[in-house]
Amino acid sequence: MTAVMRPNASVCPACDAGPAAAALASGAELAQDARLALSLPTIHCGACISTVERTLDAHPGVRSSRVNLTLKRATVEADADVTADALIALLESAGYEAHELDAGSLSATQADKAGRDLLMRLAVAGFASMNVMLLSVSVWSGAEAATRDLFHWISAAITLPTILFSGKPFFVSAWAALRHRRLNMDVPIVLAIVLAVMTSLWETMLSGEHAYFDAALALTFFLLAGRYLDHRTRAIARSAAEELAALEVPRAHRLTGDTEETVAVSALEVGDLIRVRPGGRMPVDGVITEGQSELDRSLLTGETVPVFAETGLQVSAGEVNLTGPLTIRASAVGKDTSLHRMADLVAIAESGRSRYTSLADAAAKLYAPGVHILSALAFVGWYLYTFDIRTALNIAAAVLIITCPCALGLAVPAVTTAASGRLFRKGMLIKHATALERLAQVDTVVFDKTGTLTQGTPDLVNAEDMTLTQFEIAMALSVGSSHPLAQAIFSKGQKAGVGLALVSEIFEVPGYGTTGVWNGQPVRLGRASWVGAEPLGQVSTFLQIGAEDAIALRFKDALRPGAADAVRALRESGKDVLLISGDSTGAVEELSARLGIAKWIAEALPADKAQKITALSEAGRHVLMVGDGLNDTAALAAAHVSISPATALDAARVASDIVLLGNDLGPIPEAVEVAQKATRRIRENFRIATLYNVIAVPLAIAGLATPLIAALAMSTSSITVSLNALRLR
Amino acid sequence: MNILTYLIPISLLLGGVGLVAFIYTVRSNQYDDPEGDARRILNDEWDDRPKP
Repeated sequence: MTAVMRPNASVCPACDAGPAAAALASGAELAQDARLALSLPTIHCGACISTVERTLDAHPGVRSSRVNLTLKRATVEADADVTADALIALLESAGYEAHELDAGSLSATQADKAGRDLLMRLAVAGFASMNVMLLSVSVWSGAEAATRDLFHWISAAITLPTILFSGKPFFVSAWAALRHRRLNMDVPIVLAIVLAVMTSLWETMLSGEHAYFDAALALTFFLLAGRYLDHRTRAIARSAAEELAALEVPRAHRLTGDTEETVAVSALEVGDLIRVRPGGRMPVDGVITEGQSELDRSLLTGETVPVFAETGLQVSAGEVNLTGPLTIRASAVGKDTSLHRMADLVAIAESGRSRYTSLADAAAKLYAPGVHILSALAFVGWYLYTFDIRTALNIAAAVLIITCPCALGLAVPAVTTAASGRLFRKGMLIKHATALERLAQVDTVVFDKTGTLTQGTPDLVNAEDMTLTQFEIAMALSVGSSHPLAQAIFSKGQKAGVGLALVSEIFEVPGYGTTGVWNGQPVRLGRASWVGAEPLGQVSTFLQIGAEDAIALRFKDALRPGAADAVRALRESGKDVLLISGDSTGAVEELSARLGIAKWIAEALPADKAQKITALSEAGRHVLMVGDGLNDTAALAAAHVSISPATALDAARVASDIVLLGNDLGPIPEAVEVAQKATRRIRENFRIATLYNVIAVPLAIAGLATPLIAALAMSTSSITVSLNALRLR
Repeated sequence: MNILTYLIPISLLLGGVGLVAFIYTVRSNQYDDPEGDARRILNDEWDDRPKP
């Protein structure tokens, strides 16, 4: 990012008395607002790029804009007074869907320093190994005496600085492991590289025949390739996850006196008055000081029935305001809100999961000591046999190079890259490195209800209880409302082709319902207590015409697409399916009967959910938790592996290993299958690598392994392993 | 075999040029938007001078 000089806004030359202060002020302003990021999910072609850029550049105040087609994103440099809303409206009129992205949460993706660093090291290693390989080929094909020595010296001159630069990630990681008195995969790697370079240098000085410079470089190159693949897979997932988080721009409307200003949520303080519009989410914990409405708490507690809200009620961050505008006085902000306190629960739950050791680490634990012992034995054996330290050292180096986990280092990243790529195309984001391995072990699946198995949007079930006239009146009363029940009535009526009755004086009473006048008599649609009816145990609203008895309209939570199929497929593959929800017993029982889930728990508090999961894990089960709400976060973190839909709260997405990008739950059983296949493939790759070792190690110990054989064994095993991994795609 | 004194430095130099060119492309963000850049080159909008 380049610093943009801002033309001095002052007109009179005398005003330049305090330029430092002005520069400071404008600098702060620039840093905050000069850069806007927009997500453009529908752009796809070259013409789109130029249309979008031309549209944006034509807007007054926009200095420059740049579209990134790969990320489907546009970055705009603009004056501080240009708002994202204006640009979005502009793009929408040009025919492109646009969403604002929080530039702050995206900054990490743009400077993917670690990835670039690895790529650079990989490139240097590739360049050096190709050159050294060419020199080695001439040595293998018979270069002798002075020529061979010259080639060896040139190889050494190329190899030494390259190993120092490219091998740095391995040196750092091996040193970190050794310092904690542990062994990881990088320890034998580093030992092999260092020993190979040392003995080759010694051989070169004595104008010997065998030098392993090419092997040391090829090793570094292949292993770096594995490391880079691994990094890229995770970087793609991370950037997609960051984009999800950036879509929720944290803004709040603060009231100061009579004026309302839009500020970042982080700028709010305790005691501030905040206005929350219908459909908006509570940015902080607080107390309602003005207004009446209903609150949707489903993301926090799993309850589907909206709660009546009036002055004096405590609200928590994350609740959604449904009908009327509310003013709240903040009582806790930022880290102190109930939303953030949930993080403590998550931290406790997560400590259990970190005990998982990945397949690669497990293999390294077996493998690393074995390799060291083997090469030490070869050294001792040959030394006792010949009493020639040079031969013994040469053979020990050959054993280390041949056994070096070149294929092992590629075995896991190649498979996870292929599997993650396949799942990404199906709409699943693998966030955690070992998530696939853990997913493969799952034998119990726990679902949350609201927002996970169901969409969290109600569906009218007894429309036939109304006459056509009554339905038309209900339609007319619900047409303008943003309340989810009213919207459900309206969409049901629209689908059935029901028109609107002529209702006048429609007026929404926040927190209660909608009233109007039809044929001279008052009509009402709303809460039971408001129309004088008995409340029902389930989600319902009431329609009252004149003085007649109110008609109950009952709602059911609509199933998420693919939910029934996913549950059935999981049960058919022999997994135990459970439903744990914070909702009322009636609603949970009804849904589990509908989906055929035998075990269910209702009215569970967040801590209960996490406890149940821990109990299951202690009984030896590997639990997959699927959930979306804040009340699920602790359970998501406690489970062996967890999935959350993209519609989930940010906290829930952070706590889970896998994010479902689409609306459909269908890919879950398939993901389990792909994960099992991937794990099988990883084990297969380990076996292939072992097979190569079984053939090549005796040769090396016998002292028959020339640098040529080492190079051949290494390349073929690496290529076989990569090809085997590609079969997953 | 004296020809080697010229050929080896020349081949190393050529390889090095390739490496430096690659590092330059990485440093100047040329891999940030491969898909967009592939399409931009077909567009005649900025043919006379580069986009600022």
